[in-house]
Amino acid sequence: MSSARPASSSLIRPAIRAGVPIVAVLFALAIGAIVLGALDASPWEGYRAMLDGAFGSSDAWSATILKAAPLLLVASGICVAFRAKVINIGGEGQMIAGALVSTALAINLPDVPRVVLLPLLLIAGFAGGGAWGAIPGFLKARYEVSEILSTIMLNIVAVQMMNYLLRGPMIDPAERERGTSIPQTQRLTANTDLPNLIPGTRIHLGVLIAVVVAVAVWVLLWRTPAGFRIRAVGESRPAAKYAGIRVERSIMSSLALSGALAGLAGTMLVIGSESHRMVTDGSSTGFTGNAGFNGIVVALFGALHPIAAIPASVLFGALLVGANAMQRAVQVPSALIVALNGLVVLFVVSSDRLRNRLLSWVGGDR
Amino acid sequence: MSEFLTGSVLLATLASGIRLAIPYLLASLGETIGQRSGVLNLGVDGIMLLGAFAAYWAVLRWDSLTLGLLLGALVGLGLGLVTAVVNVTLRAEQGISGIGLYLVGLGGSDLLYQKIVGTPLPIRSFKAVDFGPLSDLPFLGKLLFSHSIAVYGALALVPLVWLLLDRTHLGTRITAAGQNPAALDSLGVDVTAIRYLTVITGGVFAGLAGAVLALQLGIFQQNITSGLGFIAVALVYFGAWRPVGVLAGSLLYGLVAATVLQWKALGVIPREVSDLAAMAPAVLTVVALVVVARKVRAPAALTVPFVRGQH
Repeated sequence: MSSARPASSSLIRPAIRAGVPIVAVLFALAIGAIVLGALDASPWEGYRAMLDGAFGSSDAWSATILKAAPLLLVASGICVAFRAKVINIGGEGQMIAGALVSTALAINLPDVPRVVLLPLLLIAGFAGGGAWGAIPGFLKARYEVSEILSTIMLNIVAVQMMNYLLRGPMIDPAERERGTSIPQTQRLTANTDLPNLIPGTRIHLGVLIAVVVAVAVWVLLWRTPAGFRIRAVGESRPAAKYAGIRVERSIMSSLALSGALAGLAGTMLVIGSESHRMVTDGSSTGFTGNAGFNGIVVALFGALHPIAAIPASVLFGALLVGANAMQRAVQVPSALIVALNGLVVLFVVSSDRLRNRLLSWVGGDR
Repeated sequence: MSEFLTGSVLLATLASGIRLAIPYLLASLGETIGQRSGVLNLGVDGIMLLGAFAAYWAVLRWDSLTLGLLLGALVGLGLGLVTAVVNVTLRAEQGISGIGLYLVGLGGSDLLYQKIVGTPLPIRSFKAVDFGPLSDLPFLGKLLFSHSIAVYGALALVPLVWLLLDRTHLGTRITAAGQNPAALDSLGVDVTAIRYLTVITGGVFAGLAGAVLALQLGIFQQNITSGLGFIAVALVYFGAWRPVGVLAGSLLYGLVAATVLQWKALGVIPREVSDLAAMAPAVLTVVALVVVARKVRAPAALTVPFVRGQH
């Protein structure tokens, strides 16, 4: 086999790393084009609107980048969990938990100045998501409960908790007076605004935070003993145990950190949104827009490398922003976006092994 | 408060509990077959949603429950094949591919419904089988002899699946594919073929589960399963990968669902906290997973793709 290996070039490996998932996304979009055709909408017009909506103007660019920031946060957390071979499917619930804690705090502290309140909210979101992630972490470490199942169940619990709180105790008092009862909180005060980063655009501090977090996660995973332990646990639990690593602790902390970063993303979705409030349509994908799931795909796209997840998150942000533009342009039900999103997940995850096989076939260092 | 403790209400709750258990039962029986061979299909909920829509549409169009079930099963077959290609051949991470399939089902069924049907038209739903005098028996008549053919059919599948898995040559091979695929392979058995067979069968069961759900309710709506398929996957764990265990779990969930419905109708659970009550199944599942986690043993090769020569 080794004799058939082509000479390893410094360009081939990155090309495979980025190219395989991009081709996978194109396959998903091709199926989307067929569906658009079946719906009597022009695929050509649809995808042009998509490209335009994602990159066509400076507004489009900032929408794309703002969409990417929470995805990058979730993806950075997923890198930590998956490196420990902990399959955290609970990003959705962890985002909701983080957003609920920080939103409740923001509602109850309207007069605290921004320099104090903003860090407080971010910490609250981090802590809320972390706690929601620590539950399945603890259950896996202590009782060997499959985290795939427990995180999914906790997603369902979080959605219902959110529906209850936003329809009841946390609802905007104005909604109650008008009797319209839209499940949303009141508009949060200007003290919770994320400061603008680039004048003339909507790009805010959250984007910078997300990038800093991604770099920090890279440092954690490859430059600290804790990160080494997490990766060792992921490579082989028995070997890590034999080497004296407390496997349970690494499992639990990786899932908690993963949840904390999702919680931070959830907070950012609330205070970084244009409506500046927490709102749900009661559905399982109402508030997060599936960012908890899409963050996983972004992480896979970046081969579980948080730095590579930065461009991957922009690509995904573009895909999501563009899909919304497409939906408006050719007037198709928004359910199509959910289905298309699912196809992208399926194709990217299916291409993952193929990519690894190609990489090991061309050889060279990892 | 005393109202919900009367005999007739209790009996009605038990009877509807059995009915509501059936979609859980069908989905988790199918998932049991797949997992016994080492493949986790987390996309059951997505298959159920599309199966439910297919069945609803077929009944709306041809007014035939049989065709509804058939089309639901057919959709399940197709999506089971997709799952097999993704999870077995392409060796995708099974926890994530299932989420993809779920989103495809969630969005796809909603899209089809909006485009093809649009308005919530009711359809014919299942009728009780006529057992003659048996149905008039006190207590037992209502509890056991008041159900539709779908209920009896699904219950009959429990011993059949047990026979298949634990008493046939094929069942031994399925179990071996989930425990030690390399050994099975060295005996000259095609592990991939076995897994395709089980995953596609599981898909058919999930499609049927969705169809039964829609035909029991006589409607279709967006996200009609509301996570039922995910709980069905968890049921396999605390049914310890055995059909009888899965049956017990399904009945428990049916009963919980029926009780919540009954209590809502009687006002025991006020409307304001109905979202909290809706948490019950998911919370119960987490608790149950904790209780059984160390007592049951998952198939050793569950979620592990098989590659010849790598084990």
